[in-house]
Amino acid sequence: MKQKTTTKTSYHIPVGPIHPALKEPVYFEFELDGEKIVDVDVKLGHVHRAVEWASRKRNPIQILYLAERICGICSYCHPAAFALAVEDAAEVQIPERAEYLRVIQGELERICSHLLWAGVAAHEIGFDTVLYLTWQVREKALDLTEFLTGNRVTKGIMMIGGIRRDITKDMLPKIQKDLEYFKQMYEKLGNVFLNDKTVKMRSQGAGILTEEDALKLCAVGPTTRASGVKKDVRVDTSYFAYGDLDLHCVTPADLTGKVNGDVYDRIVQRLLEVKQSIEMIEQCIDKMPSGDIVSEPKLAKLLAQLKKVNGEGVGRHEAPRGEVIHYVKLDGNDAPFTWKVRAPTYNNILPWIPMLKGNQIADIPIVAASTDPCMSCTNRVGIVKDGNKYELTKEQLHKLSVEKTRRLMK
Amino acid sequence: MKFSMLPSVFVQMFKKPWTNKFPAKYAPANTTKFLADVGEGKAKLIPPIEVPPNFRGKIQYNKDKCIGCQLCIKVCPCEAIEFKPKEKKIKIYLARCCFCSQCNDICPVKCLSMSDEFLLADVDPYAKDLIVE
Repeated sequence: MKQKTTTKTSYHIPVGPIHPALKEPVYFEFELDGEKIVDVDVKLGHVHRAVEWASRKRNPIQILYLAERICGICSYCHPAAFALAVEDAAEVQIPERAEYLRVIQGELERICSHLLWAGVAAHEIGFDTVLYLTWQVREKALDLTEFLTGNRVTKGIMMIGGIRRDITKDMLPKIQKDLEYFKQMYEKLGNVFLNDKTVKMRSQGAGILTEEDALKLCAVGPTTRASGVKKDVRVDTSYFAYGDLDLHCVTPADLTGKVNGDVYDRIVQRLLEVKQSIEMIEQCIDKMPSGDIVSEPKLAKLLAQLKKVNGEGVGRHEAPRGEVIHYVKLDGNDAPFTWKVRAPTYNNILPWIPMLKGNQIADIPIVAASTDPCMSCTNRVGIVKDGNKYELTKEQLHKLSVEKTRRLMK
Repeated sequence: MKFSMLPSVFVQMFKKPWTNKFPAKYAPANTTKFLADVGEGKAKLIPPIEVPPNFRGKIQYNKDKCIGCQLCIKVCPCEAIEFKPKEKKIKIYLARCCFCSQCNDICPVKCLSMSDEFLLADVDPYAKDLIVE
């Protein structure tokens, strides 16, 4: 390598894995030139919990509750995607009412998650008053979740072939009252986030992700839609009752007229999605047909049915953060042969690099938080051998690959 | 919109705090002693916030109705239920229970149900209160 002639070099700053600005363990290494970020490296794998391995000795009904514990905030999305995958493999028909109830739960979770994110984003730029204002609304959303499911966070409501709890007529007045409250507060919060000088100053022009980069790096969810890519599983493949509902792919252009792909656009995007979710819950309540809520009420029979299945299925669901994919292979045993989870944050990690490059150190928390990362959901691979935990470098992996080819050729 | 925050601030000034001060207004120095005093009627307990309808609390087990089919053991996600082969009855360890009420759903004779009781914290996972049989 050629010797550099100048003495002025860039320097490195490590941020994380445990850091007050980041809520979950992730390690960044920044290369800096003064205040400006020149290069970023991200390292993951600090919270691997062997969730997929734990599924190897559980039956599909038990895995629903295991899937729920992959993520605290997406505690409905993971069981939903898992149930879709098992239903795909076993060809279970879901009653129509259950499809609508599933949409209501999914959209309520989106409201909770986006409000939580909006509060955290306000906190990251040091605007704590808005954090409390947003979480006041979120508290109502959690109360509604508790009213509908019996729990605030781990809802325990998904069932293979349907849903566990019905919405009866006497529950409707409270739901409508809360939805009215959300609409009213939506106006107020929208005003704070979109017109406030502090929020605008910090978010406009920060952490830009271009449409081209978003497509190239396979970003998902609000992160990609805020850059102008119309990618939404609810619209692209109609599952649950989304096909019957009036639903279109929103982008920040619907409100502001143009797409910049900066942090401000991601705030706009999430606010628009909250509004869309409120409308969708209302539509579901209006259109919901009566009928059964599960395809097979006798769970012992359902388990026996699933035990006979030999096949594989894929479940895709639009979680608040983006597309979550579950793959399941059933082979005629109690436990599935394999179960693979791909959480949305996994796709939204690489877009961090173009977003952070060229920004200042002080922008790191808000830019990193703008994709709504969820590290614990994402960590899936860790290697433990002879009691040591280690990571493989590219060269080592290549060497292993060559060794395996040679072994197989013998 | 310069002072849009002011109305909220004034409303907050005259509102009572939302927090429910459970179990007492000031945290007791010795909780065990405080609870003993409540039992004797010396101190007063501020009740917790009411639970929502269909809340999943401590499991209730009707032993006489149970037929020992072991279906609940098959679906329990936390393996919190143990079978007692001699009596053909079950034993539930609440320290492991995740309160999903899946065992209630699968029970063919409906001998399991969820109560509203949720104050189950204990230092010993095998305490008498945390084992249902």
